[in-house]
Amino acid sequence: MIYNIPYIAVAALILIGLYAVVFKRNLIKMVIGITLIESGVNLFLITLGYREGSIAPIYTSSPGGIMALPVPQALTLTSIVIGVAVLALMLSLVIHIYRHYGTLDARKIGGNEE
Amino acid sequence: MNLPTFEFTPALVVAIPLLGAFLTPLVSRINDKLRNIFVIIIMGLTGFFVFLLAYDVLAKGIKVYVFGANTADTIQSLENGLPLLRILFEVDAMSVLMAGISVILGFVAVIYSWSFMKENTGLDKYYTLFLLMIAGMLGMELTGDMFNFFVFLEITSIASCALIAFWTNKGKAVDAAFKYIVISAIGALFILFAVALLYSQYNALNIAVLGSMIQYTFLDKIALILLIVALLMKAGIVPMHMWLPDAYSRAPSSVTVALIGATLASLYGVLRVCFTLYGNSLSNICNNLNINVHSMLGTLLILLAIITIILGVIMALRQINFKRLIAFAAIAELGYMFLGIGTGLTVLGNPELAVYGMTALKGGIFHIINDALDVGLLFLVAGAIYYATRENSLNRMGGLARNLKYTTVFFLIGLLAVSGMPPMNGFASKILIYESTYQLSPILSIIAILCSILLLAVFVKVFYSAFMGPAQPKFKDVKEVPKSMLIAMGIITCIIIFIGLFPQFVINTVVTPAAEALVNFGGEKGFYINEIIESFTLGGV
Amino acid sequence: MSGMSKIVKTISSITFPFVFIYGLYVIAHGHLTPGGGFQGGAIVASGCAMILVAYGSVWTMGKIKEKNLSILESLGGFCFILLAFLGLGFGTGFFNNLFVGNEFLFGETPKFNSVAANFNTAGVIPLMNFAVGLKVIAGLFAIVLVMAYASSIREDEK
Repeated sequence: MIYNIPYIAVAALILIGLYAVVFKRNLIKMVIGITLIESGVNLFLITLGYREGSIAPIYTSSPGGIMALPVPQALTLTSIVIGVAVLALMLSLVIHIYRHYGTLDARKIGGNEE
Repeated sequence: MNLPTFEFTPALVVAIPLLGAFLTPLVSRINDKLRNIFVIIIMGLTGFFVFLLAYDVLAKGIKVYVFGANTADTIQSLENGLPLLRILFEVDAMSVLMAGISVILGFVAVIYSWSFMKENTGLDKYYTLFLLMIAGMLGMELTGDMFNFFVFLEITSIASCALIAFWTNKGKAVDAAFKYIVISAIGALFILFAVALLYSQYNALNIAVLGSMIQYTFLDKIALILLIVALLMKAGIVPMHMWLPDAYSRAPSSVTVALIGATLASLYGVLRVCFTLYGNSLSNICNNLNINVHSMLGTLLILLAIITIILGVIMALRQINFKRLIAFAAIAELGYMFLGIGTGLTVLGNPELAVYGMTALKGGIFHIINDALDVGLLFLVAGAIYYATRENSLNRMGGLARNLKYTTVFFLIGLLAVSGMPPMNGFASKILIYESTYQLSPILSIIAILCSILLLAVFVKVFYSAFMGPAQPKFKDVKEVPKSMLIAMGIITCIIIFIGLFPQFVINTVVTPAAEALVNFGGEKGFYINEIIESFTLGGV
Repeated sequence: MSGMSKIVKTISSITFPFVFIYGLYVIAHGHLTPGGGFQGGAIVASGCAMILVAYGSVWTMGKIKEKNLSILESLGGFCFILLAFLGLGFGTGFFNNLFVGNEFLFGETPKFNSVAANFNTAGVIPLMNFAVGLKVIAGLFAIVLVMAYASSIREDEK
């Protein structure tokens, strides 16, 4: 059971994030939701690479024993970097939207009248 | 004809636009004109390498490129039992076909931008993002690694989202971009989750390796659903299409043309997932257990495609914004591609109907080329009209054929092509889709034909209201658009007419190898998985 | 917005060099310890963001132009791609690590069971870390600066 807690956390993070994206009307909260999903996925990747009692995968000064798998860690780092770019872009779009419409309520912006 | 074959072409195809993207801000410090020329040269160079690569792949079969080391070393280390850790580019006929489409659209859009974007500021960022987007698209299409696919997908969506919002002062562009970035961020995270699920089971990220090992466990099916949902979301199929009309219609026209390429790259992802990653059962007909997955997936795609076609056409009928109307027509066209692909997926496992499945798949793939060109041309025309008249609404246009002679001709050709009239290229691919879906169910092809006719009606209405009718006094001073825009439209028109006149040539040289590379019944030279597994005897992966 | 109180300004001025040096350390040791171009760059950029918060965006905008930052950023990206291209030109493939084994520029081969590897190892990876670090410092700081500047302009309008 104790080893399943990270996976439960992953599911919880992703579901909360999806809830925020789908049901929240404030754009900032939607952005937070996306970040939550991203954290969930990153946590999932990290958990996949971890074994109980494993050490950091550095070959030169290894004391022996099993090592954590480095590939998921590399993937997670890449995904974090991409996440920063997406987050920055989303926030700057939110700033522009706020300037243009004066509100962040998703119901009051947009519309098809052109 | 004997062209030299370079070992490095797959890497150069992605590296040159990246290099150009980072050099553009430095070059634009010197001179604006120099920067435009520089970007066009970069795109031309990329195009040259894509066609070199295409020639290579079509002549010799699949091409593998290993990053960071030469291929021979990697094979040797694999034979010694070391795992496959490097990033691979695996290029087959389908990849080069898509790369060719992307690079043509990008090249045309860059030429078009010269005059179209001339009055805007911040053009160094525009071109940087544009080249990044092209690099991302090409990377998505050439890569052989699931995680790398995710990375390039994100590069494409970040760059294209920033480009959609380029006209920030023009109001609605920003919220279209926000919609798009939300959709693509969630889609990309779904893909990453699916990649993690696959990695956790098979300890591999390479598409070919995964494809050879896939077991159709419960987790695999979840991963399949996540991948398909995410990619369909990015491709703009109907339940997830709401971002597409906004993004297409509010972005600058030159960006819209490149966006078509990005959408089609996602569609390529769907093909890759269905036929290569989960394609084990297709090549292995006797394995009846897994046929179900494909026919169910195919049926789902057909259903979505039919809804997409109907909804796209009906929504297009009632639009008054020119670009929005074309965007809905583009959604309908996406439906045709998925109709062909879905039919192929459904019946390919069935030995009696497999021939029709192949025809449907060929039709779908051929329609990818044609749709990209036709819809791209229409968007360029819409942009040209906007440039000349500063008008987007069809209600306020009229009599423009007097002022914009060449543009009118280009629009007429685009109209005929997009609605599938016989002399043009759209007809050639649609007829393949009609005749093969008829074998599966006549109703499908009847709906498809009817919607095609409705599409013609839509565009005839547009043609009449925008170009025909009495001359309007407010358009008295409207002049023909600048040369660079005419050249861009002319290039696409020439390709459309060429394909329309020689469809069989295109099908034989490009489309059939691509379809055979996707589906392969017996390990011929196009076969994605076997080829790579053979060249890399997998050790400890 | 003309920045915060004198205490905050002084403290952030004093701590900024340490943050800066620590960030550069993380970038430079990216191939030996956890960290690297992105992580170190993020540290340096957050140090710059601290200055930005303390002194206000208008003051910072007067000191550093956003245009120069974007030039620096594309320079970093260009250096990265150039190093990758060097592998193509002189080595065997794109992204090939061509400095490995040549003993002078980051070319030493680490001994297998040594306690910690020498700084002078890993070939082009440290150089790529420098390029990425430059790109990340300039890019992240430009993002923060532009966002802060945009919102402060709005406050002035009110």
